[in-house]
Amino acid sequence: MAVVAHTVDERLARTRPLDRLLVRPELGSLLGALAVFAFFSVVTDQFLSAGGVSTWLDDSATLGIMAVAVALLMVGGEFDLSAGVMTASTGLVTAILATQLNWNVWWALLASLVFALVVGALNGWLVMRTGLPSFIVTLGTFLALQGLNLGVTKLVTGTVQVSGMRSTEGYASAGFVFASTVNVGGATFQVSVLWWLGFTAVATWLLLRTRLGNWIFAVGGAATSARQVGVPVVRTKVLLFMTTAAAAWLVGGINVLRYTSVQANQGIGQEFFYIIAAVIGGCLLTGGFGSAVGAAVGALIFGMTRQGIVFAGWNNDWFMLFLGVMLLAAVLVNNAFRRRAERVRR
Amino acid sequence: MTSNRSARRGPAGRRRVGAAAALAAAATLLAAGCTGPAAAPPGGGGATPPGAATGELRVAVISHGTPGDSFWDVVKNGAEAAGRQLGVKVDYNAAADPASQARLVDNAVAQKAGGIVVSMANPDALRDSVRRAVDAGIPVVTINSGEERSQEFGAITHVGQSEGVAGERAGETLRRAGRTNVLCVIHEAGNAGLNQRCEGARKAFGSVRDLQVDISNPTDVQSRIKGALGTDGSIDAVLTLNPQVAANAVSAVRDAGSSAAVATFDLNADVINAIREGRLLFALDQQQYLQGYLPVTFLKLYRDNANTVGGGRPVLTGPGVVDKSNVDTVGSYAGRGTR
Repeated sequence: MAVVAHTVDERLARTRPLDRLLVRPELGSLLGALAVFAFFSVVTDQFLSAGGVSTWLDDSATLGIMAVAVALLMVGGEFDLSAGVMTASTGLVTAILATQLNWNVWWALLASLVFALVVGALNGWLVMRTGLPSFIVTLGTFLALQGLNLGVTKLVTGTVQVSGMRSTEGYASAGFVFASTVNVGGATFQVSVLWWLGFTAVATWLLLRTRLGNWIFAVGGAATSARQVGVPVVRTKVLLFMTTAAAAWLVGGINVLRYTSVQANQGIGQEFFYIIAAVIGGCLLTGGFGSAVGAAVGALIFGMTRQGIVFAGWNNDWFMLFLGVMLLAAVLVNNAFRRRAERVRR
Repeated sequence: MTSNRSARRGPAGRRRVGAAAALAAAATLLAAGCTGPAAAPPGGGGATPPGAATGELRVAVISHGTPGDSFWDVVKNGAEAAGRQLGVKVDYNAAADPASQARLVDNAVAQKAGGIVVSMANPDALRDSVRRAVDAGIPVVTINSGEERSQEFGAITHVGQSEGVAGERAGETLRRAGRTNVLCVIHEAGNAGLNQRCEGARKAFGSVRDLQVDISNPTDVQSRIKGALGTDGSIDAVLTLNPQVAANAVSAVRDAGSSAAVATFDLNADVINAIREGRLLFALDQQQYLQGYLPVTFLKLYRDNANTVGGGRPVLTGPGVVDKSNVDTVGSYAGRGTR
């Protein structure tokens, strides 16, 4: 072995399959998910039942869609704090157009997608144009959207929520696509789980198998070097912000069609859960490293923990403590593996 | 909403990992200690009638309160007290976000709870989940908000106060106190019930202006009320919809040098003291202890004796006006978290 290592260039050195597995960013989160899964399967009776599985998958799904989009953005080196509120904004646009102006739901959805993409592009353009941290720019968008949500909702409906989606034109078909349910083993599974899996698969393919994926890693890891070798940094980053906004549109659409109403204050504070799920999934806060599968698994950890605590019947007053401790444990596992991964890579 | 959340990565030493593990262990132990009392064995004699369900009844109470909200803590105390007295296991959970709340209902259905108590601040969002619970044969009692949809969703009864009626009562009482211009402070943006209270007050009173604040940021609440008082000097009454906000409003009125009277919905120990000392005009009490206590009792009776209460009409727990005349009686109970 030692002789071979001397003659072969280190970049071409063969790595053992185990090491190759260990350097994957999502491995830590997978182990964390397994640990959480095993823990609640043992501690509670209902966690593994069909009803139990459907509950925590449902909780993970919409969070997961957003976490995957946010993970792409974070790999690209940026944050989007407006992502949580955006899920409400897009839902409100859809609901107001459909219930107040009697638009067909599909057209309303299309209009809210355009709205989302415009806001996403604005976020990206502002960040790239001003050179300000995206943390600050999207914080501004976050607050602005929050005010817009409440202001417009009260102006149009006179109340703080828009309801009545069920009786709009095209609800049946749109509801089928975004909010239908499947009965498996006596439990109701939401179609959002499929959207989550599909979105994760597309994002993974994009990140690992396409030129755009290479660009995303490049702009997040070293923007200046990326620009110098000809990567379109601005276009890539603006596209990432638009992807996050589009994901928020998807989640907003799923929510508005499923719950047939939107509250003006929905989604506030969720943006941090997206970022946390992405970080649990192996994303670095500094950009340039991360995975879509990892973020999806991070969301799964979140969903399993949130619902698992309820299944366990622990006192609700301590809920956030349990959640925090379990997440910390998951991140510690993750961190230990990343350190090992970095050693292997060297 | 705080804006200074930061996530920092640092060297994770072994000691820290150990400490985290110890913390996790401690938390788990605490959890085990805090789950609530074990059910008492069914006491007394009396043969169980044939066909009646037996064994421990498990009731899931699912509210839309934010953790740490003093109002919902009293509801929780009520539910747990009933659970202790009747040998019912009560699991209390809360989520302010309607989607999360719907999932908690799904969760209770998956756990095959013996009964579900749910507050419906946003009935549309809970419709499917509540229906699924009813279809699964789980009796549901709605509490606090969502009275108008309760029957439609198949709940056996609703326990709460009509927000509109309570708002009207507040408006009337303020009018009788000789007030002319009221500021109504809404502390949760998405809560329809709060808007109904202000609407009710407007109906009975006339000149009522709404002010939107965020209850999770008391400094902001106080300065916004102060700002509103400064902008419009003719405001001579502030109506708050939550005791914590009432305390902020009292400070804001003092800071602004205004002579406006403050009245509030709901009680806590501070409100009692403030009424006693004349800083608050009155409080409308919806006696939310009952909204926790009664549903658990109803569900126990429903299971053991097939009783339903209210005959399809809501069971009203309020409003009761607490002012200087009766504050001492009520005050002795608020201190222990039951009023």
